[in-house]
Amino acid sequence: MVRKKPASVAVLALQGDFEAHRRALARMGIASFEARKPAEIDEAAGVIIPGGESTTLWKFFELAPWEEALARFAASGRPMLGTCAGAIVLAREVTNPAQKALGLLDVSIERNGYGRQADSFIGAVDAPSLGGQIPAVFIRAPRIRAVGPRVNVLATREGEPVLVRQGNVVAATFHPELTPDERVHRLAFENVAAESPAEVSRRSDEAMKR
Amino acid sequence: MNQEDSFRVKVGLAEMLKGGVIMDVVNAEQAKIAEAAGAAAVMALERVPADIRRDGGVARMSPVSKIREIQAAVSIPVMAKCRIGHTAEARILEALKVDFIDESEVLTPADEENHVYKHDFRIPFVCGCRNLGEALRRIGEGAAMIRTKGEAGTGDVVHAVKHLREIGREMRNLTLMGRDERMREAKRLGAPYELVVAVAETGKLPVPNFAAGGIATPADAALCMSLGAEAIFVGSGIFKSDDPEARARAIVKAATHWRDADALVEAEESLGVGMKGIDAASLPEEAQLQTRGW
Repeated sequence: MVRKKPASVAVLALQGDFEAHRRALARMGIASFEARKPAEIDEAAGVIIPGGESTTLWKFFELAPWEEALARFAASGRPMLGTCAGAIVLAREVTNPAQKALGLLDVSIERNGYGRQADSFIGAVDAPSLGGQIPAVFIRAPRIRAVGPRVNVLATREGEPVLVRQGNVVAATFHPELTPDERVHRLAFENVAAESPAEVSRRSDEAMKR
Repeated sequence: MNQEDSFRVKVGLAEMLKGGVIMDVVNAEQAKIAEAAGAAAVMALERVPADIRRDGGVARMSPVSKIREIQAAVSIPVMAKCRIGHTAEARILEALKVDFIDESEVLTPADEENHVYKHDFRIPFVCGCRNLGEALRRIGEGAAMIRTKGEAGTGDVVHAVKHLREIGREMRNLTLMGRDERMREAKRLGAPYELVVAVAETGKLPVPNFAAGGIATPADAALCMSLGAEAIFVGSGIFKSDDPEARARAIVKAATHWRDADALVEAEESLGVGMKGIDAASLPEEAQLQTRGW
């Protein structure tokens, strides 16, 4: 079932914390819908690839023409945001172990770069262009090991890039959707028209019931 | 990290597993099959529930060598089971850096009265429950994820459904109650008052709620998702079937596309014969695993 809405952001709902992203968008007054088929993103105002397991996401990408749909979307210039697993699948190169990725963001990224869940943590990241420090939740997070010349580093932790932008594509190795701080979502979707949060929440509830 | 941040990081991993399938595995070979099929995580255990049920004896934590072997074989999260109340097994699993501990009724309980105090650990716990009171007691002890206690090893989904229905009904009832009725309900449920208030205000558990126990087919997975489960655990259903790889892939597909009947047809049509299973209604109470813990 395709639920296309004008100025509505598609959140990939194949696996992962897609609901947390939808709640974050709703707080900002941006409408969203869950996309489970590639054609569903064609008319969206933006796309989010959420956190989750990147290997699982890629299995779904192999079952349907997601690679083409996401490449087409990126080329259209509309905003895209990937967090954690979403950042991994957007990358040019993935290591630990090597796996395929979309190549829409010119970075090399290492999976589970800090270790296992015992090494997951909450800490501040430095984002001078976003007004200072941002609280960040890192869950079995990847680490960006190299960035290409067209990539802007927007936030760092201990000098390493954790939030990057290449044109309309934004990626974070942490989970802005798990904290009330809206700056990363605002950065990615600054040009998507916001409505009143109450209206967005009402429509989201209706969509959930269907 | 303080306890509050630590709990957020634990629940964070549970959030990441939503919409996914967590598969029981006993060795590296099965873990690789699960990962290749799209599992969001694997659960290491000594024997799958159907074998525990058949062979009897004391069921314990998986051998350390097997857990290490499974951790080395896959890049997705590795969970492992400890016995109810067995704090020492839990400490060993924590030292091994498993990603999640399932304090599970499928293993033989180590303590008939107490569960592990889970806030004391760095890594998250999942616990089973049959109703809202049990869910909130486990969350009160620090569980970062709740799952149903469907009758493991039977291939019969009926009790997972019963528990999902029960929790859903009790949560809906709470949202309709007056504030002055909540303390009485907390008493009736045997649950921490603060958590009862949280559910009454939000209509949801404060941690993700997954389905487990007796799920053997893509349709079973889709049914549980439609009843409010946010992800699926599959135990014996995969590796006790004739076609583990195809079945694992099909259940992964069903957990995502559970609203899409055409996708469910595709998932089911790739499959041969599922595990034979046991009609859970034929099990005497002493043979039930779900009555372990409280």
